[in-house]
Amino acid sequence: MSESHSTDFKSYVRRCAYVFAAVLAGTLAMVAASFAPIGGWPVKVAVILAVASFNAFVVAGFLMHLISEKKMIYTLLGFTVFFFAGLMGLTIYAMHDMPAGTTFH
Amino acid sequence: MEIPYVVQPRPDTGIYNAKVGIWLFLASEVMLFGALFSAYVLLRVGAVPGEWPHGWLNVTLGTINTLVLALSAITTLLAWVACKTRQFAKFKFFHACTLLLALTFLCIKGYEYHDKWIHYEIQLIDGRIADGHMRENNPKADYVVIEGRYVTDEKDLYDLRAQKDLKTGEIKIPRSLIKEMENYGPWHNTYLALYFTLTGLHALHILGGSIVIGYLWGPGRRLWKTDPEHFTNRVEVSGLFWHFVDLVWIFLFPVLYLM
Repeated sequence: MSESHSTDFKSYVRRCAYVFAAVLAGTLAMVAASFAPIGGWPVKVAVILAVASFNAFVVAGFLMHLISEKKMIYTLLGFTVFFFAGLMGLTIYAMHDMPAGTTFH
Repeated sequence: MEIPYVVQPRPDTGIYNAKVGIWLFLASEVMLFGALFSAYVLLRVGAVPGEWPHGWLNVTLGTINTLVLALSAITTLLAWVACKTRQFAKFKFFHACTLLLALTFLCIKGYEYHDKWIHYEIQLIDGRIADGHMRENNPKADYVVIEGRYVTDEKDLYDLRAQKDLKTGEIKIPRSLIKEMENYGPWHNTYLALYFTLTGLHALHILGGSIVIGYLWGPGRRLWKTDPEHFTNRVEVSGLFWHFVDLVWIFLFPVLYLM
């Protein structure tokens, strides 16, 4: 929440109204997608996660002011993204890394 | 000794120290929840097809909680803006709103937990399974009463969304016919273990955040009189934590309730 931002209260209220409307629309879209007969399970999961990511972008970008932060914060977040991606990547890699002779029931 | 850079930004980072601190803390929180999410992915993908619960949670309540938390994130931001514009009365109002919304969230979550806690799966000696909410379970009585249904195959209990028009009713079961009885706690299956772990940890974050916000709203507001800029920074830092808690829920809701 940088000092350089306008602290005009009314403009913030307006911004917040837009953010809430976007999160509301995104949430309802996720629920609708989960009940709608669209594609198979992987397609449904992809659509729902895409909408969830949009909601997260709106909250992080506008409420946490990440769309206009200091370089220091971006650097820190860059490291976080790297390690998070590594964590998820290792998990997915481990799923296919079975010892020879593994049987599935 | 005066602690430097609690109000003014450090020349090298361009931000005050507490803000760097909270972002470092949030980075560690990302890894904490990331580890749990990766455990979810591993267990979900590795589950036997058709044996992962679907439709076990109340989507309406989950949606309401998502919006409650989003609204609380907004009131937190407005509380900070009120401090920046030196409108202390507005700050008190918006932070009180945040606290009320946090309480609402926890009450709804508590109701959902209670719903699972009184939900029982009862295996009978004849092979049938009775599933439903416990109505009477007096240890002295030789029967239990549930509001639910009978199934012959445990797989019929997994995908509730696929089963239209589930018929339930009051069932009186003699204890002599019960082979095993277990409620829908975290021990019941992998899905519920993940559900209680993820939402429980998230609820603890809500509780912790509420305590900090409550402190700033209550006894902590004395700082406003002596150093309003320092107080505003504290509100900002607590707000960043609160937004992160909202972010986590934005992913928890679809993962647990919708997929």
